Amino acid sequence: MPDSSELRPVLMFAYGNPARGDDALGPALYERIQAQQRDSGGFSDVEVLTDYQLQVEHVLDLQRRRWVLFVDASLTAQPPYAFYPLQPARSTDYTTHAMSPAAVLAVYRQVYGQPPPPAFMLSIRGYDFRLGQPLSTRARHYLDAAFTFVRSLPFAQPFDQNGFCKKFCT
Amino acid sequence: MTDAGNELESAQDPRGLRRVVIEPLTRVEGHGKVTLLLDDENHIRQARLHIVEFRGFEKFIQGRPYWELPVIVQRLCGICPVSHQLVAAKATDMLLGIAQLTPTAEKIRRLMHYGQTLQSHALHFFHMCSPDLLFGFDDAVRHRNIVGVIEDNPEIARQGIMLRKYGQEVIRLTAGKRIHGTGAVPGGVNKSLNREEREFLRRDIAQIVAWSQGAVGLIKRIFAEHFDYHMAFATIDSSMLSLVGDDGAFEIYQGGLRARDAQGGEIFDHVDPARYYEYLREGVRSWTYMKFPFISAIGPDEGWYRVGPLARVNNCDRFTTPLAERERRAFVQIGGGSPVQASLAYHWARMIELLHCAEAIGELLDDDDLLGNDLRIEGEISQGRAIGVLEAPRGTLIHDYECDADGLVRKANLIVSTTNNNQAMNASIREVAKRYLDGRQLTEPLLNQIEVAIRAYDPCLSCATHAMGKMPLEITLVDAAGDVVDRLEKRASGEVCAPGR
Repeated sequence: MPDSSELRPVLMFAYGNPARGDDALGPALYERIQAQQRDSGGFSDVEVLTDYQLQVEHVLDLQRRRWVLFVDASLTAQPPYAFYPLQPARSTDYTTHAMSPAAVLAVYRQVYGQPPPPAFMLSIRGYDFRLGQPLSTRARHYLDAAFTFVRSLPFAQPFDQNGFCKKFCT
Repeated sequence: MTDAGNELESAQDPRGLRRVVIEPLTRVEGHGKVTLLLDDENHIRQARLHIVEFRGFEKFIQGRPYWELPVIVQRLCGICPVSHQLVAAKATDMLLGIAQLTPTAEKIRRLMHYGQTLQSHALHFFHMCSPDLLFGFDDAVRHRNIVGVIEDNPEIARQGIMLRKYGQEVIRLTAGKRIHGTGAVPGGVNKSLNREEREFLRRDIAQIVAWSQGAVGLIKRIFAEHFDYHMAFATIDSSMLSLVGDDGAFEIYQGGLRARDAQGGEIFDHVDPARYYEYLREGVRSWTYMKFPFISAIGPDEGWYRVGPLARVNNCDRFTTPLAERERRAFVQIGGGSPVQASLAYHWARMIELLHCAEAIGELLDDDDLLGNDLRIEGEISQGRAIGVLEAPRGTLIHDYECDADGLVRKANLIVSTTNNNQAMNASIREVAKRYLDGRQLTEPLLNQIEVAIRAYDPCLSCATHAMGKMPLEITLVDAAGDVVDRLEKRASGEVCAPGR
């Protein structure tokens, strides 16, 4: 593992399709945090990125991170959101169109030959994923809750997986 | 054509047959499932691929102004948004009566398209480091050999990622940004390259070409390791459809439509893509919403065809770039004078195209037209119908719009590559079902062979939406009465469990 002094800020990678209803929850959280960074200097210890979906090249964004937070909409998460640690897991799918966060972590291990940074999933509950729909009313409330939760995360502090999990994981 | 194309589409008497469903559930929309109807002795009686395609997009764009199309259609897909952007831009060119763009505009669009195709195909290069892609994860015998090939190439995964990254840099610099770019607009483009951007791309292009050559070499070695298997697995005889250049050369941006039959004979050639509807029609089936395109002159039963890398490399007379042309010649030799019909040869053809795109990008980067300022031609709405056709990474892509006098979209029909390959994918899984499943006890490894066949086509499933937490694969066994008698779940980790057993 790289020396801790070389580590880059925590990465929050929020993904989803902004044009498909509650699938926009990830990008919507991304926008809120970006606005805070821009307007009030908040979230100064986090780098935020967004995309439609995860793909192999995103392992490049994970390099030398203190830890990583993936954010996505979920049809099954217990409302308002679920937060849990991720482990690398190879995926076998019949199309190359998208990858799970666990599969991206597995690719990281494959490419760099070392464990990926600690990673967590924030799954925000969504309901309506139809094209052209805005965020549903419930999803908007859960986005607020997720934003409050993310604000409480200790991005600047040294990372302690056990203590972190005990305090924050759902 | 092989009888697998239609033979097993409908069982004569489906009563009393058990139903096996393979259903990936990672997507909210745009997922697919395979349904196999078995009799009491596990003989395949019916095989169908259902792709639950989201067709709402045509509705979504009704009433929108034509100039929004190149941007808004990118929302269809997170992997090939540039293909949709470019084909919509081509359609709006037609709407405005613009037959020829400025040299800078055409070359910037081409560069963008090569970058898009390169980054999409690079995913396959990356996945070649996983024998699962080609054989399924339970094929231990073939794995043993292929793992040796992969071990000789430990850099494959990294190279695949870097190739994809390079393609995305091409897109970023030509489209303005990596996702949701606005580079292609009606009548041209809205930016060209500056010298710094060109130099940035030039810096790595020799390496990109070299890696692409390595990719072709790798797939050739993999193919050769089990040549008979690769030539036979999921192989079907089909017609092939693609664009070709005026001189018959490989072409993915602008050209005429060429269709050849299973033996390589001409069905039609150099057809103006704007008249595609005179040559192609879309059939429907009662059991799926997805359409089945076919060549009108042959009819719905026998007129289906394949599109994508296999069709393009078979159909073209030559590549315009030397390294890809050399590889094409080696490729067509395995067909012995007829088109290569092996479904797994899609992977090989895809890598030849990857190499061509890398070479073509290199050639374009030497062209000063990329630096020009004459970006756009103004036009006026000259007709109500706007049709764009190009070769997306997965095959021929058609956007067909009808607009009113104010340029608002009244009606739209999008025939995407996966729809063009619909019948071919059905035929391939039936071939696999007949060869590998018939008469055996149903097992997950056997069903996995069907996934291997589908992967060859790399279907695009309108997948830019997703939801965590669902199982990526579900196999359900239902008896003739409709009761679920067995179920398998395949999780993202690859773990298989059987709830209720």
